[in-house]
Amino acid sequence: MMARKSKPKVAVWKFASCDGCQLSLLDCEDDLLAVSQEIEIAHFPEASRAVMKGPYDLSLVEGSITTPHDAERIHEIRKSSKFLITIGACATAGGIQALRNFKDVNDFISIVYATPDYIDTLQKSTPISDHIKVDFELRGCPIDKMQLLEVISAFINGRKPNTPAHSTCIECKRRGTVCVMVAQGKMCMGPVTHAGCGALCPSYDRGCYGCFGPQETTNTGSLSTQLKKLGADDDEIVRTFRGFNAYAEPFRKESELHDKENH
Amino acid sequence: MTKKTIKVDYLARVEGEGGLYIKMKDDAVVDVKLKIFEPPRFFEGLLRGRDFQEAPDITARICGICPVAYQMSAVHAMENALGVKVEGPLRDLRRLLYCGEWIESHTLHIYMLHAPDFLGYPDAIKMAKDHKEIVERGLKLKKAGNQIVSLLGGREIHPINVRVGGFYKVFSKKDFEPLIETLKWARDAALETVRWTAQLPFPEFEQDYEFVALHHPEEYPFNEGRIVSSEGLDIDCSDYEQHFQEEHVEHSNALHSVLKKRGAYFVGPMARYSLNFDQLSPMVREAALEAGLGRECRNPFKSIVIRSIEVLYACDEALRILESYEKPERPFVSVEPREATGFSCTEAPRGILYHHYRLDGQGKILDAKIVPPTSQNQKTIENDLWKFVPQHIHLAQEELTWQCEQAIRNYDPCISCATHFLKLDIERT
Repeated sequence: MMARKSKPKVAVWKFASCDGCQLSLLDCEDDLLAVSQEIEIAHFPEASRAVMKGPYDLSLVEGSITTPHDAERIHEIRKSSKFLITIGACATAGGIQALRNFKDVNDFISIVYATPDYIDTLQKSTPISDHIKVDFELRGCPIDKMQLLEVISAFINGRKPNTPAHSTCIECKRRGTVCVMVAQGKMCMGPVTHAGCGALCPSYDRGCYGCFGPQETTNTGSLSTQLKKLGADDDEIVRTFRGFNAYAEPFRKESELHDKENH
Repeated sequence: MTKKTIKVDYLARVEGEGGLYIKMKDDAVVDVKLKIFEPPRFFEGLLRGRDFQEAPDITARICGICPVAYQMSAVHAMENALGVKVEGPLRDLRRLLYCGEWIESHTLHIYMLHAPDFLGYPDAIKMAKDHKEIVERGLKLKKAGNQIVSLLGGREIHPINVRVGGFYKVFSKKDFEPLIETLKWARDAALETVRWTAQLPFPEFEQDYEFVALHHPEEYPFNEGRIVSSEGLDIDCSDYEQHFQEEHVEHSNALHSVLKKRGAYFVGPMARYSLNFDQLSPMVREAALEAGLGRECRNPFKSIVIRSIEVLYACDEALRILESYEKPERPFVSVEPREATGFSCTEAPRGILYHHYRLDGQGKILDAKIVPPTSQNQKTIENDLWKFVPQHIHLAQEELTWQCEQAIRNYDPCISCATHFLKLDIERT
């Protein structure tokens, strides 16, 4: 364990996102004041107007890269950060806004804005790791706040975070939820989705929709076969894989196999 | 001739990315720009081709602070399109979920984002060094709201239990029992919050706004009502676009929304309160009057008191719902897709949130239009600053800049939402 004289300086950064993942830190109502005893919150604009200059010991990065300015800014943040963790599906996979990556972004701009010339945006929404070296990725849309506390605690204590990489399916079995796909014929992404939420959706009688992105080794083809048996057509399979982690490689490739528009 | 600017490159304690730029010449304000550089995410575009049942989960991702609002406007717009009405206990459960979000979102703003301005701290954590019990009360009250959303919605941020027609799963009365004790404590804490915020120092700043909010004859508005204003507007949600329009301005990635031929208007807690005072429960009306509020309030700095009043109401209403709750027979009403158009407005914590969808015969979304509360308030925020700065021009730069930030935080602006939607520069020339 590293010897520590002063509290580590922590910075929170935002790119294209909904703010939900950084809000998870403020949602740690029972632990927030305790955590603030252990770390120096040096840069966290959503919570404080006081800003300390870098370098920072730990940077938490939320959001995806979608503008030329942000593509430059992330390099500056990397340079001023000893350890950098991405939090949430936007930062680790491009987020729901990566649905644009499958279309021409100019079509989207003209749908939303009357004067598209004012808008400065990139063709694709990309994860942080496409631009810089990332030291750890925390999954979820949104992240789980207990996992966030675990990651911060692991960093402070100089150990590896305990965030299991198995599937949501395993989490369901562990909590004893009856399989919604087998027993109720509901479509479920649980077999290919990374653990972390505690298999929430099946415990609320609905199939998993893949908030935590692909698990480490997935068999997406086998899931598609099963979804077809349950009556899904190609369009539905495309939509199933194109959710909040649409641009994560295993999900992207599987959706492309079923996307008739691109074949 | 003296020139001066006030610049805040990155506004703090708001949700999302924005700044402020104010330019002054001989102590007169010549330009105010609320800049929104939050990157656009094109939700209306990416909803095209998705199934109607996906809209509540996708639109929730517009905002991590008020996902319930997006889910509620989405499901009501879809139900409006598909000719379904959700009533009885399912309707009550939706009100309960909204109570949870109002408590959580308002309390976050009152204690962590707004109060530090009044007491001169950069944030709530520094404020806790001198006011530990107050900050702890705030955190616990916020948690009470989150407990409602977590139980009924599955989790605090981006709940998973909301669907067109109702819920995926509903709970028995017994499952809700632990919440009742929590909410009784929360109602007391909310009353203390009203009394605490009422004695904060407020600048004199009464403004002549046109307030716009939902209005329902029998209840304080969450999910249902007509859109009314303090200038006599009284319309059905489906007529929204005939009366309001969005303008695209160069300094903002958010669209400015205006009332046709009238201009800026005001949405959010102060508008809701002023247009719906009689719909508050008796104990809440009494607390408001005791706190020195009238039947309406036109000083945006006092919005912190109004938010506290709404937290008190949400705790009281949640308890009323839970005490009379009986588990519905089915968690949702069946919904069949058809070619249709639907509209809805619900009261997000920050004000009315409008959704409009057009569906094809299979229930696929052909078009979507979403107008969040902060883009509706953007022009009003700029108008406030045009008036506020000349009144406080004698202040030192740092003090004036901070007070301008506070004037913006009066609105609890949610920039993540408004990007479809802050950076603060004050320039004195």
